[in-house]
Amino acid sequence: MSEALKVPTMAEMMASGQKPEVLFWVGCAGSFDDRAKKITRAFVKLLNKANVPFAVLGTEESCTGDPAKRAGNEFLFQMQALMNIEVLNAYEVQKIVTTCPHCFNTLKNEYPELGGKYEVMHHTQFLKKLLDEGKLKVEGGVYKGKRITFHDPCYLGRANDEYEAPREVLAQLEADISEMKSCKQRGLCCGAGGAQMFKEAEKGNKEVNIERTEQALEVQPDIVATGCPFCNTMMTDGVKVKEQSTKVKVYDVAELLAKAQA
Amino acid sequence: MQYVDNVVFVAVLALAIFWFSKQVGRIRKNINLGRDIDRTDRKSERWSTMLRVAFGQSKMQARPIPGILHFIVYAGFILINIEVLEILIDGIFGTHRVFAPVLGESFYGVVIGFFEVLAVLVLLACVIFLWRRNVSKVKRFQSAEMKGWAFRDGNNILVIEIVLMTALLTMNAAEANFEGHGQAPFLVSAYLAPLFSGLDQSTLHFVERFAWWFHILGILAFLNYLPVSKHFHIILAFPNTWFSNLDAKGRFSNMASVTKEVKMMMDPNADPFAAPAEGDEAAEPGRFGAKDVTDLNWVNLMNAYSCTECGRCTSECPANITGKKLSPRKVMMDTRDRLEEVGANVAKNGEFKEDGKSLLDDYITREELWACTSCNACTQACPVNIDPLSIIVQMRNYLVMEESAAPQELNLMMTNVENNGAPWQFAQADRLNWKDEA
Repeated sequence: MSEALKVPTMAEMMASGQKPEVLFWVGCAGSFDDRAKKITRAFVKLLNKANVPFAVLGTEESCTGDPAKRAGNEFLFQMQALMNIEVLNAYEVQKIVTTCPHCFNTLKNEYPELGGKYEVMHHTQFLKKLLDEGKLKVEGGVYKGKRITFHDPCYLGRANDEYEAPREVLAQLEADISEMKSCKQRGLCCGAGGAQMFKEAEKGNKEVNIERTEQALEVQPDIVATGCPFCNTMMTDGVKVKEQSTKVKVYDVAELLAKAQA
Repeated sequence: MQYVDNVVFVAVLALAIFWFSKQVGRIRKNINLGRDIDRTDRKSERWSTMLRVAFGQSKMQARPIPGILHFIVYAGFILINIEVLEILIDGIFGTHRVFAPVLGESFYGVVIGFFEVLAVLVLLACVIFLWRRNVSKVKRFQSAEMKGWAFRDGNNILVIEIVLMTALLTMNAAEANFEGHGQAPFLVSAYLAPLFSGLDQSTLHFVERFAWWFHILGILAFLNYLPVSKHFHIILAFPNTWFSNLDAKGRFSNMASVTKEVKMMMDPNADPFAAPAEGDEAAEPGRFGAKDVTDLNWVNLMNAYSCTECGRCTSECPANITGKKLSPRKVMMDTRDRLEEVGANVAKNGEFKEDGKSLLDDYITREELWACTSCNACTQACPVNIDPLSIIVQMRNYLVMEESAAPQELNLMMTNVENNGAPWQFAQADRLNWKDEA
């Protein structure tokens, strides 16, 4: 991962009179969280490999407002949304890809009514497309004999009915894909959604991420795959608490695919 | 004197229908206490949702055992109603088995035999349901909100259904022993008939009549039990699915009143002191979000009356599974109970008279509201497309926008979003640093 990444910004593109095919919306976790930054870099590596003409907003990007909206602060959400829409529309953005299902959901479903109409894709959908088009290939057989289980992010799955794209990407890794007892429509939340990521949980008898991690560990996976930086944090913590970190790794679908490149 | 039966029957029927419509009217009025929301778009999609989810019970089958049992009771209910129609006609006109000559004796026998089989299946399903609630104690029926009336209500319904089915079979079994009875015995009651064979003819006729009256009066009483029971779902499931949310579950609606204000704040040319345009004053919202049931929209309120307290939502809720107080089913039950209270208040006083209570705090606590992860497991699980999440979010809207009463950590998160465009305290200028970090 140490090779230099090509990450043009929209401002640079515009200055040189170019227009990227797609905007990569990095999101706050992808920009600032140490674990999530690795996912961001892995995805960019794949975009570079597939020669996708993309750009990021860089310092012009701001929170979509998702956590504020889920916490109940509609004012703050709409302030963020309208500011972001102004930036996106100024660059005449038409297509967006993002590694965060929360950004994905907000951009796709809640921005259009406020004047931000874009074609929005989750990175697993985008990667599936690149694989289908032959722009990316799985090489090396790194995952032969490994068991992978996929944890559905709520805001990709139930919220937007996308269960297949991440699984189709994983299916190409030549690994043994095992489903948890509750998956897809009935997948259990990791515990981070609805702004829970930013607060202590209410009193109960267990943390949600522990419950979900236990479900994941039941299938005895080598790898727990996710498609969300927040799920990633929750599952990584869960695996740590269950003292399984040496045996079980938590990776984003993009990281898994990036490692399967020659 | 020969018309006494008919007159009594028609009077009882009219009374039952009158009383039932009065109760439906009350519920309708209560639902209309909610805010307006337009759910009349995409009509063909709405019809197909209703057909699939309510009529076809597609979501019930996510759990096959109760799914199949429920389908039996449901199919029994719908089909046996054809026989109830015959009973109603017989009762009004003093006829006996009026459909028999219409369908022909032998075909009529097949039809009633089929209904009898259904009746037995319904009876068995209800016994199994009672077992699940009272003996094997299925976990989702044991939650805190299922004590008291909710517990008794569930059992009442099942016992009533068992009694009604028994009356129907008794009626046919007694009749099979009538002298000069032309009709061949029906499929199931033929086996029950020997139970009554020792009785003399007048007792047999009395038993048959008694069962006939018991059955139909039972049905009319049951009809009037529906509006005070969770069992009202057999009616509201249909409109409830028709009016359900067709958008992506992740899409939370944007508050239009807020959009206007935010746009004005962001418009450098806007005059904050300008008088509102004519007619705009009326559009002023009373309150952001929901503190009480009248702040919710009418679909939320219809949801509350449609809930049959099955608890699939609660048993899939990550917060509830891990021991938190939040239970989506309780959110719906609380909304209905508070709405009943507010509705009674309005009916008594002509308009709502402040009673010092509200849905928030007196029914649903803040602790419950803040435990939600907005994961949509509850809305996915609901067999009739009820949306508890919508109520939770509107109540959070109230807490944050009217009371600034979010948990401290969330206030910190929101301050960060406001000041540096991220939920954590990082500078926006550092957003691209990841590019050069190995």
